[in-house]
Amino acid sequence: MRDFDLVRPASVAEAAAAFAASGDAAYLAGGHTLIPAMKARLRAPETLVDLSRLPGLTGVTRDGDRLWVGALTTHAAVAEDATVEAAIPGLSALALLIGDPQVRAKGTLGGVIANNDPAADYPAACLALDATIVTDRAEYGAGDFFQGMFATALSDGEIVTRVGFRVPTASAYAKFRHPASRYAVAAVYVARFTDGVRVAVTGAGPGAFRWTEAEAALTASFDAGAVAGLTLEDGDLSSDIHCSAEYRAHLCGVMLAQAVEGSING
Amino acid sequence: MTGLTINGIAHSADVPSATLLVEYLRDHLGLTGTHIGCETSQCGACNVLIDGVPVKACTALVATLDGAAVTTVEGLAAGETLHPMQAAFREHHALQCGFCTPGMVIAGIGIAQRHGADVTPGVIAHELEGNLCRCTGYINIVAAIAAGAKAMHDA
Repeated sequence: MRDFDLVRPASVAEAAAAFAASGDAAYLAGGHTLIPAMKARLRAPETLVDLSRLPGLTGVTRDGDRLWVGALTTHAAVAEDATVEAAIPGLSALALLIGDPQVRAKGTLGGVIANNDPAADYPAACLALDATIVTDRAEYGAGDFFQGMFATALSDGEIVTRVGFRVPTASAYAKFRHPASRYAVAAVYVARFTDGVRVAVTGAGPGAFRWTEAEAALTASFDAGAVAGLTLEDGDLSSDIHCSAEYRAHLCGVMLAQAVEGSING
Repeated sequence: MTGLTINGIAHSADVPSATLLVEYLRDHLGLTGTHIGCETSQCGACNVLIDGVPVKACTALVATLDGAAVTTVEGLAAGETLHPMQAAFREHHALQCGFCTPGMVIAGIGIAQRHGADVTPGVIAHELEGNLCRCTGYINIVAAIAAGAKAMHDA
């Protein structure tokens, strides 16, 4: 790993200022994507701005139909949180499927969504749970925030501060994990609201996306039979060393059925 | 300069920003019980406890650990008395080549802390997803962690 200047700011404003002052900076949250990328010299920032000491960016609160999670809340903390479990158990289950216990002890919600890995879990939850993503300078709907592989609406130096998930009447996440990396080969989040159903897919394409045909079918009739045989066009899906697009298209159907069953059976 | 405690001893680390905790432990302090298996955050051989929680030392920067308390495998025993999890690994012969063992012991302590004395083999196996044993000696490792969890809570 190339050496860098480490800055450890005590406030969001200081962090943003340190980022802006450097010609080539990166933010460090849990570090479980960035540090491996730096070791592999895929990233070599001149300045690393450590966000771990910023106050007020961890924890969970329920406010009406929104569940707010601080951007620096770790996956382990989300998985263990009683407020999350009571409001959106599907989100607790999703957090528990990220990485492994040591990764979950460090990895953060904000880090995941700012990076927007196409196989990351939280982008699917954000899309299906109609999330609002708040930063130090703006607020985004999840549909505007995620812009394809490793791309987001964030401008240079913008810091995600918290995410508000809309609380559904039922939801579940079904994930086919890559056995080595534990990222999603294909995964589906299904969320049922009083005004309709939202379905999001991750791992299968160049970025998380909503599956509108599945949403329409499930809004009409919320059972696995309503989406039996529904498939995605494999031309839009990823093909790589792990599996073909055709296989991913099949997996998405299987994960969709599992997520619907999970939403019904809790 | 980063002030941190390692196995109960205060250290002032004066190292480049890019120094990983595992490098500091092994190359600067000679604490070679923490192993480097993959160095890509996969294998868990470098697990240490940071403020009591298992973390991969190959994915932690020393300079971000100001004020932290680190425990490595060398810091688990009390003198000649093994930590209950270490004793359980010995009792159940939970090793073949031994390379993954320090990380497994640390992970086992975390599992015992999270799931208590009666953690089931199924939960242990699932929670070991971040630890690789290339000898595939998982059966005895799971048995050892179950016994170690009981012993930790009886202690």
